[in-house]
Amino acid sequence: MRGPHDLGGLPAGPVDTSPHDMTFWEKQIDALNALLSQKGLRRVDENRRYIETLGHDAYNSLSYYERWTAALARQLIDKGVFTQDEVDAKVAEIRARLGGDAA
Amino acid sequence: MQEHTHSHDEMPHAPPAQDEKIHSYYQVLGLALKELLIEKKIITPAEIRQAIEFRDSITPATGAKIVARAWTDHAYKQRLLANGTEAIKEFGLDMGATELVVVENTPAVHHVIVCTLCSCYPRAVLGLPPSWYKSREYRARAVREPRAVLREFGTVIPESVELRVHDSTADMRYLVLPMRPEGTGKLTEQQLAALVTRDSMIGVSLPKSA
Repeated sequence: MRGPHDLGGLPAGPVDTSPHDMTFWEKQIDALNALLSQKGLRRVDENRRYIETLGHDAYNSLSYYERWTAALARQLIDKGVFTQDEVDAKVAEIRARLGGDAA
Repeated sequence: MQEHTHSHDEMPHAPPAQDEKIHSYYQVLGLALKELLIEKKIITPAEIRQAIEFRDSITPATGAKIVARAWTDHAYKQRLLANGTEAIKEFGLDMGATELVVVENTPAVHHVIVCTLCSCYPRAVLGLPPSWYKSREYRARAVREPRAVLREFGTVIPESVELRVHDSTADMRYLVLPMRPEGTGKLTEQQLAALVTRDSMIGVSLPKSA
C-alpha cells in the first residue's frame, strides 16, 4: 500500500512558488533535530520512519514542521528520553502559561 | 499522539512570525519537547541558539561559490563531478552522514532535483529548502510532468533537450551544476557567483544572464 509520504507521480495542483520565510518556531524545531542528531539521539532514517507512520490524516493535515514535531515526540518517548506523561504535563503547563492563545 | 484531537481551523495557514501566537497542539508540543530536553540537560538554550545561527549562515550563496569555481577551474569541476562530497570540503563544507552527487547541465541534458518521499535537499551547500520544494504539488508532479512544473517557474526547456529528474534520498543529495551563461567570459569568479540562483542549482530555473 502506498504510504502517505509516497507522493511521486500522483496528481496534484500547481506549485506555489512564492517565497516563505521560516518562522522562529520552525527554526527551533529544526535546531532540536540537528542537535539530537549530533548527540546520537536521532537519525534521519528513524525520523523518516516515524513521519511515514503518522498515518494519512495526520500526514496530510499537519504542516511540515508539525510532522517533524509529532515524529520527534514519539521517537524520544520510545527511546525513554521522557515519558508520554511528562510530555502531557509539559504541554498542559505551556498551554496554561500561554492562556487562551494556545490550542 | 493520535488521541489528541485538534480541529483544522486551529492550524494557521500562514505560519506565525517570531512574536506571533502559538496556535496548534503540535506547536505547543514542539515547545514542550524543547523545554523537556533543556530540563533533562540533553540540550542547552545556547546550543539551540548556535544551531539556529549555523543554519542561517548557510545560504544559496554558498552553493553559488562552488558553481562559480567549477565554471572557472576545470580541474575543480572534474573533482566536483567525480565526488561532490569530497570536493565541497575544499570550501570547508561537510555533508555529514550523507553524500553529494553533482549533476552537470549541458546543451543536451537538463537536470532537476526533487525528493518525492520527503524533503531531502543539499542543505550543506544550499541551506534549508524553500517551502515549494517540500510541497505535495512539487513532490508529486516533478517526476511525472517536469516540463509543466518548470513552466510554473517560468522555465521552458526545449523539447530537444533531455530532462532528467533525480529523486533524492535521506543518504544521497543532488546539486545541479547549471550551464555558464553566454557572454560571461570576462567575469571574475565572484561576479559569476552572483549569477547563480538557488533555483538554478535545483534545476527549476536557469542562472541569471550577465
